[in-house]
Amino acid sequence: MAVPTLRCGFSGSRWTFALVDRGCRHRTVATFNWIRGQSSVAQQPLHTAQKPRKGAQEWAAVVGLEIHAQISSNSKLFSGAEVRFAAPPNSLVSFFDASLPGTLPVLNRRCVEAAVMTGLALNCHINQKSLFDRKHYFYADLPAGYQITQQRLPIAVNGNLAYSICVGKQQREITKTVRVKQIQLEQDSGKSLHDDLRSQTLVDLNRAGVGLLEVVLEPDLSCGEEAATVVRELQLILQALGTSQANMAEGQLRVDANVSVHHPGEPLGVRTEVKNLNSIRFLAKAIDYEIQRQISELENGGEILNETRSFDYKLGCTVPMRDKEGKQDYRFMPEPNLPPLLLYDSTSLPAGADPQQVIDIDRIRETLPELPSETRARLVQQYGMLPEHSFTLLNEVGLLEFFQNVIKETRAEPKKVVSWVLNTFLGYLKQQNLAVSESPVPPSALAELLDLLHTRAISSAAAKQVFEELWKSPGKPPAQIVSEKQLGLLQDREALEELCRATLDGHPQVVRDVKGGNPRAINKLIGLVRKATQGRAEPALIKQILEKQLSSPAP
Amino acid sequence: MLGRTLREVSVALKRGQVTPTELCQKCLALIQKTKFLNAYITVSEEAALKQAEASEKRYKKGQSLGDLDGIPVAVKDNFSTTGIETTCASNMLKGYVPPYNATVVQKLLDQGALLMGKTNLDEFAMGSGSTDGVFGPVKNPWSYSKQYREKRKQKPRDENDSDWLITGGSSGGSAAAVSAFTCFAALGSDTGGSTRNPAAHCGLIGFKPSYGLVSRHGLIPLVNSMDVPGILTRCVDDTAIVLGVLAGHDPKDSTTVQGPVNSFLLPSLTDVSKLCIGIPKEYLVPELSPEVRSLWSKAADLFDSEGAKVKEVSLPHTCYSIVCYHVLCTSEVASNMARFDGLEYGHRCDIDISTEAMYATTRREGFNDVVRGRILSGNFFLLKENYEDYFIKAQKVRRLIANDFVNVFNSGVDVLLTPTTLREAVPYLEFIQEDNRTRSAQDDIFTQAVNMAGLPAVNIPVALSRQGLPIGLQFIGPAFCDQQLLTVAKWFEQQVQFPVIQLEELMDDCSSVLANEKLASVSLKQQ
Repeated sequence: MAVPTLRCGFSGSRWTFALVDRGCRHRTVATFNWIRGQSSVAQQPLHTAQKPRKGAQEWAAVVGLEIHAQISSNSKLFSGAEVRFAAPPNSLVSFFDASLPGTLPVLNRRCVEAAVMTGLALNCHINQKSLFDRKHYFYADLPAGYQITQQRLPIAVNGNLAYSICVGKQQREITKTVRVKQIQLEQDSGKSLHDDLRSQTLVDLNRAGVGLLEVVLEPDLSCGEEAATVVRELQLILQALGTSQANMAEGQLRVDANVSVHHPGEPLGVRTEVKNLNSIRFLAKAIDYEIQRQISELENGGEILNETRSFDYKLGCTVPMRDKEGKQDYRFMPEPNLPPLLLYDSTSLPAGADPQQVIDIDRIRETLPELPSETRARLVQQYGMLPEHSFTLLNEVGLLEFFQNVIKETRAEPKKVVSWVLNTFLGYLKQQNLAVSESPVPPSALAELLDLLHTRAISSAAAKQVFEELWKSPGKPPAQIVSEKQLGLLQDREALEELCRATLDGHPQVVRDVKGGNPRAINKLIGLVRKATQGRAEPALIKQILEKQLSSPAP
Repeated sequence: MLGRTLREVSVALKRGQVTPTELCQKCLALIQKTKFLNAYITVSEEAALKQAEASEKRYKKGQSLGDLDGIPVAVKDNFSTTGIETTCASNMLKGYVPPYNATVVQKLLDQGALLMGKTNLDEFAMGSGSTDGVFGPVKNPWSYSKQYREKRKQKPRDENDSDWLITGGSSGGSAAAVSAFTCFAALGSDTGGSTRNPAAHCGLIGFKPSYGLVSRHGLIPLVNSMDVPGILTRCVDDTAIVLGVLAGHDPKDSTTVQGPVNSFLLPSLTDVSKLCIGIPKEYLVPELSPEVRSLWSKAADLFDSEGAKVKEVSLPHTCYSIVCYHVLCTSEVASNMARFDGLEYGHRCDIDISTEAMYATTRREGFNDVVRGRILSGNFFLLKENYEDYFIKAQKVRRLIANDFVNVFNSGVDVLLTPTTLREAVPYLEFIQEDNRTRSAQDDIFTQAVNMAGLPAVNIPVALSRQGLPIGLQFIGPAFCDQQLLTVAKWFEQQVQFPVIQLEELMDDCSSVLANEKLASVSLKQQ
């Protein structure tokens, strides 16, 4: 939906471009990792041109988002047809979805509940009465010639979404808020596949009529990364609620960005709408590119057209979309086949109402699961981890669950677990570009390994070796690896003393160095002993024995 | 047997005086005989005979499904029917065979009714004459009645067939089908009067139920917020039987009302002294023919003389109604017709240089001028710059019109009594002197306000005009008081004793059919 009121409604804090730029730059070392490969965004040299020249005015960017989230439900918004990704073309199409004459929409209760849940999670006001409208345009993948949406009176309005970004050298976490203008229920369209070779368009209606939540954000954002962070947070919320799988690659979450630039204190500039943003990384890139493009355009005396642009991810730039020539008049009209959607709360619920026939907002509120921000706060409080660690745990799909399963099964300190999960485990995953679900090491194996470490059965160094072995030969119990590879901690002090003695004997020069006044040289000896033990002895103990042997006269 | 009412023939079926197959064959023969009326677009002979056979088996086993089992019915060709072409009398849907039954059709079939065929109409039900469909105009059976012919002193139709009358519309095919005894009941649709208008012209009961009482699922829409399936029969009791089958919540139509539906069996009123009949003064318009006016006032006198309270009431916004109807109707038409783009079903042109060119040509070839004109006006009213001035305003006026009725009914009025049409049916050649829009505006004058208010209304034939043509009056009731409305209508029907159409000439031609009548009392004049 176009948001013609974006500008009028704007009254929130504005972040001048220069300020944000500093923020973004500092974030080149951010440890957010909100999505795999995401850090590359921050490493892009952003907005180099808007650093104000002397005497030149600063530019401020204003970014608003319209996010379409496909509702996770078994059937479509107004028909009983199944919803499934990647089914054979036109295999999930009801008569209504194909707009056969005489068919009528029947609202899917699950989709309404999903909208209410999402509205509540985004602190929205839930409208107890909302309406459906028809939005008309001719397109091959829109069989009825109109889309049923909620233009006049949407199901939820006036919410907000808090998100955190880290700024400064200390990675200080600051929390910002973006206002949610409205959430509306609407139908998805089908898909057109253009066969240029035969100049044909093939239409797949599997997606036609799938329920969407359109979340319209007020233009409170000012750069690509802020937008990306907001979308990621929304994605996590939707996933926590189970209202959308919100997988961008599968098109379950689609983002359009409205971008404009202006000089602070002056009226807002003409905005463009950037579409075709199918990953969070491209979203950030496209917005930053578009901001940059608009600034250069204006600084070179050009003007910005109110147009729709598409992000070309290969070229890394936005280009005008050709198929939207001329202004569309959508000729909105109330949908006459759907009565007003009425919701109730505990005060308005009619006495004796059949729970199957009514939706009680308060009951849905009670069933809301823990939201990502609450989860993070709990992790910090419960396990004493750093806030940024809590972000990483949530941002990686499946990592939190993995972490919690390890914690459940191990006696090791939570901090130790955090460190192992975020450094070692995540490091391996990233190196091989795997998702948590694809990990060869299950939580139970890591838990067992951490137990061995905790009981000092193995050294830290040996633990690393065991982990590597676990990764290579999935399914082998850590204890077995320890015994097979003889990685158990060397407990026999006499044997260790023997080894130390032999090392001293074998390296008289180093011994001379130590005795000659270079105490640091002892580290070399420690290293040699550890090597001889294959890392199975504790360095502290080795040091203690060596010092004792060095200080006693040679036999 | 064919001249009987549905209720009577249902009794005959139960008593074994006639079998469903016999009945079906007789109707099929008569349909064949009256083909020149152009009442049917499709005659589903084979399916009907199969249904009759199945019905016959049920009767033999004593497992009749009810009053409609074995009864021949017809359905307007804008109701979807599985496996039977559904055209809306438009090139756009020629050859379109729906894969599903409209809920009302399914309900009829589930009760064992025999579907004889799909009846003619104005293209997409846009019209008031049944003259504007691609299959040609429907002829009013009364054109060939003894009553009319005698008055006109004209020769039999074969020699001079140029002065035949229109049926009214848009459900003219259904009206002609019932009027010519080719079936016992027919479904029409009523958006602005499309069931009541042809009923008035064809001397039938034409009933428009309360909006939300009967499912629209499968009815190809004209105006979703006003459309209702209509019922055409030869007597009020028959309408009540059919309504009893059709009424009720349909999970496939969210605008149908929840909750149980009471039986629509009608008590025989003996005392109307507790009734209050409202006569809306705004319905007395200069264009109203003196004959209709006089019958209207006689009807009021009848109620008065039987002890009912008859009072003049005011529906002050009536004069804005037809304009308001025009804006809302065309706007929804523009929207509803958007789906006919040649992609998924129906007509597709040969142009394929671009999708847009294909849309444009398909729609130009598929729709007639009336439909295209309404689409154009509707889109104009829905433009952003016009929406407030036209659509929103019309919606507000619609609310005022609906409130007019509410106020009147709240003031103690039980039913309103009005004319249904300005005058009796006119000859086709006269009718087409005016364009469709002008005709619709004139002909819907007494009927469309009811659709905007969602109320039940029924046409009851009252008497023959001096020309020997039927004139009907309309009763309007409060929303969801359909049974009460029909009860009053039934009492009135019994008082007026409207004459049965005398189609001896036609029937004589069918003598071979009628010769098989098992009952001695066969008569088309059963007063």
